[in-house]
Amino acid sequence: MKTLLSEKIIESGTNFMMGNEACALGAIVAGCRFFAFYPITPANEIALHMSTLLPKVGGIYIQMEDEISSIASVVGSSWAGSKAMTATSGPGFSLMQETIGYAVMTETPCVIVDVQRCGPSTGTPPLPMQGDVYQARHGSHGEYPIIALAPSSVGDMFLLTIEAFNLAEKYRTPVILLSDALVGHMVESVEIPDLSSIKIFERKTPEKHVEDEFSFFLNENVAPMPKFGSNYKAHVTASTHDERGFRNVENPNFVDNLVRKLYLKIQRHNKDIVKVETKNLDEAEVVLLSYGSVARSAKHVINQARQEGLNIGYVRLVTLWPFPDDEILNLARKVDKIMVLENNMGQVVNEVKRVVGCEAEVKFLPPRLLGTIHEPAYIMENLRRFVNE
Amino acid sequence: MPNKVEIRISGLGGQGVVLAGQILGRAAVYDGKNAAQTQSYGAEARGTTAKSEVIISDGEISFPAIRKCDALIVMNQEAAEKNVKDLKEDGMLLIDSSNVKKIPKTSAKIFKIPATETAEISFGQKVYANMIMLGALTKIINIISEESMEKAIRDTVPGKSVAVNIQAYKRGKSL
Repeated sequence: MKTLLSEKIIESGTNFMMGNEACALGAIVAGCRFFAFYPITPANEIALHMSTLLPKVGGIYIQMEDEISSIASVVGSSWAGSKAMTATSGPGFSLMQETIGYAVMTETPCVIVDVQRCGPSTGTPPLPMQGDVYQARHGSHGEYPIIALAPSSVGDMFLLTIEAFNLAEKYRTPVILLSDALVGHMVESVEIPDLSSIKIFERKTPEKHVEDEFSFFLNENVAPMPKFGSNYKAHVTASTHDERGFRNVENPNFVDNLVRKLYLKIQRHNKDIVKVETKNLDEAEVVLLSYGSVARSAKHVINQARQEGLNIGYVRLVTLWPFPDDEILNLARKVDKIMVLENNMGQVVNEVKRVVGCEAEVKFLPPRLLGTIHEPAYIMENLRRFVNE
Repeated sequence: MPNKVEIRISGLGGQGVVLAGQILGRAAVYDGKNAAQTQSYGAEARGTTAKSEVIISDGEISFPAIRKCDALIVMNQEAAEKNVKDLKEDGMLLIDSSNVKKIPKTSAKIFKIPATETAEISFGQKVYANMIMLGALTKIINIISEESMEKAIRDTVPGKSVAVNIQAYKRGKSL
């Protein structure tokens, strides 16, 4: 932290910066010292800033030949003891999926930033969409848990990148920062807090050297992680293994134990992981539920609606995965109607419906034009209709 | 100053409209206001239309896009024709008259600034036209201090070109 201040890498107080730059700064503050990247719009500015910042703090920036090798080198660097990150957009995120599964399986802490653009395929690089919500959850094969966070502002790009590292290190898991082209490319006022007030989590490492009793995997309360070259014997494999990392690919007991433990490691700590932001929920009959860049439109609307005498509540999912089941069910028990806003054809809305059941009426509203965030007037128009239905 | 001012700067990629928007927003933040800047452009580095939008406000800026702008800067003909519909009826239209020969119909107040010509003649390169337009804009809307503008230019452009950018900005104020 002292170096960051003395080298003038970061200054507390009001700044005016781009979301992608704030992400890079957040990573450096969180302790990231390895960043691998393959160029892609709209994530390039993260690499631009990481490539200038990392050498100043003794870290490594490496531009790889593609996204597959980028995430692979991030996994390797994490096992070598470094906090590590990569950034990309939809097409690169698809290529990374297999190795994200590898990172989940080997319980490797790392952060993957997906600055979403319009897809499918090459799509429209500079415009925002929220099409990768399910890809973040289920992009890799098999059955596994994941953590994904959705920033709505430049300030979030800073703070949630730090949060992503903290969660990754705490729970030994890949964490996805699901941003988009709007938040990534937006330049706005941002308050950088006093660095001493920011909590940084360091991963648990083995304390003593016990030759024949090593258990570095599959602990619901997170096993300590040895570092390559630190004299511990750890067998790291993406095949089904036991607590010691030993393979067993015949007996279903081992698969059952592994998948359940990976799930429980996250599920047991849902309360610590899941964050939801709410506003105006008292007496609200209708709630606008959104996340990421779209939450900006929702926030604008609730302020406007109040002036018109409409009681509209605001719920913003900061954590997308694990899905905030409890929080949304509690909400549904209090309100009659929930309108879900997303810049896609409906992804989170399906999860909301699954959780809510018959407790509240759920309606989905995409923007008038995919690739843009909802215009406030358009939300108001649909909201009035929904209230009176 | 009104509570909120929305400005769009548009032109060809390479004319520095994004940079101009970022300098303007930064200066507003130095003046203690909130600012948000967004941009849109084609995938190419140069040659397609680009636009940069800046919202300056005393309050929180929740919705970061502009629906109708108070001031519109247009740096080429295509940008003028494309964007004038998004300008408020009583808004301000600032035209780089070196490139925009046909002025689109509007009830907004029109200011003609020969920015590109002035940049070429006075500073040897047309890339300074964006700073000239910024100078003209800040003089007309008068919401940002000269001090903050100069500091924002200094903190944004590379060291060796600071002086000439500030000169171009000041020149714009005097046009």
